[in-house]
Amino acid sequence: MITKADVEHVALLGRLYLSEEEKERYTDQLNAILEYAQMLQKLDTENVPPTAHALPMQNVFREDCAGDCLTNEEVLSNAPEREEEYFKVPKII
Amino acid sequence: MTRYEAVIGIEIHVELKTNTKIFCHSTTEFGGDPNTHVCPVCLGLPGVLPVLNKQVVEYAIKAGLALNCEIAEYSKFDRKNYYYPDLPKNYQISQYDLPICKNGYLEVETGQGKKRIGITRIHMEEDAGKLVHQGTITTSPYSLVDYNRTGVPLIEIVSEPDMRSAEEARAYAEKLRSVIQYAGVSDCRMEEGSLRCDVNVSVHPVGTGEFGTRTEIKNMNSFRSIQKAAEYEIERQIEVLENGGRIIQETRTWDENKGITVSMRTKEEAQDYRYFPDPDLVPLVIEREWVEAVRNSLPEMPEQRVARYIESGLSEYEANVLTASKEVSDYFDQCLKTYNNPKMVSNWIMGDLSRLLNSVNMEICDCRVKPAQLADMLKMIDSGTISGKIAKTVFEEMFNTGKDPETVVKEKGLVQISDESAIAAVVDEIIAANPKSVEDFRNGKDKAIGFLVGQIMKATKGKANPQLVNKLLKDKLS
Repeated sequence: MITKADVEHVALLGRLYLSEEEKERYTDQLNAILEYAQMLQKLDTENVPPTAHALPMQNVFREDCAGDCLTNEEVLSNAPEREEEYFKVPKII
Repeated sequence: MTRYEAVIGIEIHVELKTNTKIFCHSTTEFGGDPNTHVCPVCLGLPGVLPVLNKQVVEYAIKAGLALNCEIAEYSKFDRKNYYYPDLPKNYQISQYDLPICKNGYLEVETGQGKKRIGITRIHMEEDAGKLVHQGTITTSPYSLVDYNRTGVPLIEIVSEPDMRSAEEARAYAEKLRSVIQYAGVSDCRMEEGSLRCDVNVSVHPVGTGEFGTRTEIKNMNSFRSIQKAAEYEIERQIEVLENGGRIIQETRTWDENKGITVSMRTKEEAQDYRYFPDPDLVPLVIEREWVEAVRNSLPEMPEQRVARYIESGLSEYEANVLTASKEVSDYFDQCLKTYNNPKMVSNWIMGDLSRLLNSVNMEICDCRVKPAQLADMLKMIDSGTISGKIAKTVFEEMFNTGKDPETVVKEKGLVQISDESAIAAVVDEIIAANPKSVEDFRNGKDKAIGFLVGQIMKATKGKANPQLVNKLLKDKLS
């Protein structure tokens, strides 16, 4: 069961601001989603190894060869705030 | 007064020396202008796909083998979610429950002989960006971010809590650095941050099986500060317990200037990383053939070099000192290529060369004297062109200028006098001037000859061939 406290905790981790009404609504909706997924619990998975990935693929590599980087101007083109060649952000300790 | 025992475990992050980042083709080159070694992938722009650099896996396997680990047959990457401005994606790609290596060990020399420190696991992950502050982190009004380091490949090596003193912690860190350097997977430059240690410390009363609450110390940039920080933290914790307090599990930072650890406690709640397999990256299935190929490509490890050096006639102590750093050991091997007298080369490296390097705080790789030049100078001693004593002067000049020994000897007029008639004249002079010493010697006082030899060397400004001086003096006095 997901509680309102769980929703508040996850919202904080994701830096999402939720109104009281949204908290209630999301608690109900998340519980409905989880309940639906609970159906999987009925399956017998005794001899099924856990899956880490949905695709039947493994070992996709690239060689260690350098390619072009973006220019400093391109890198900072979406920065909400900048100072010289840096992104400028609120201080977080 | 209760007696306490300390328990220490260490996590070490090592930057691998690949050309490019772990999931994209951006360069890993150190330095560079801020935010110029980045691309859409390491910036975490929407819609990009990380692709694993094969060399990273190879280096991780290599490090694992060098540290006696089991290499996983099946491994995967996970997302570690947390919110911090040095992490553009708001998650770090790391490995959670299926790391590439586990169950290894490292043997270190301690005061009580050899000790085996267990290695729990080694996993691959990406480095984060760098925050820059005007002034200090506490006084700066905001942070500036440079993402050049974001996505540089790291391996994190986690030890078992097997160390019991600050000295052991330091010995482990030094030995680990040496093994990683020999394996050739990182240049391990602490000053550039390519090797970063976090030390976990707890104390408990001797005889109780339960470990105490641990603290984690960060921000040590030398082996000396690892030892000092651990020493301080052990003392601090004992004092807290003795005064009836309790230890809080927290992260502390080492203040090099004050020589203390300081709490970094913040009001944030306990970290909740919500690990899950990264859907952008497919799993790794590591064939045993690959592991064996990497095993066969492992270069000579420190233990093997120590054995080789002892075989060639060096003491165990000398062998250990020379191999402690790969650069020093390589320098030694280079010298032997053109001058095969291990004892003599080792004496000069551990003696004059080390002294001069320490006096200017220089690493051997930046030394102006190349191994072949040292070898040439040692040959000049053997051939009698210069004496061992003069060689010290010659070597210092070489160290300061990088000139060849022949050039230095010529410029400074330091060629040894091996002309018998020239030396004989001086010998006669000294004998005539010191009748008392001559008499002492003839009366069986062997010490007197030392004085006379000293006088002759002084008169020739140290250039006379000492063997010849001794021979002529004895001939004339008997």
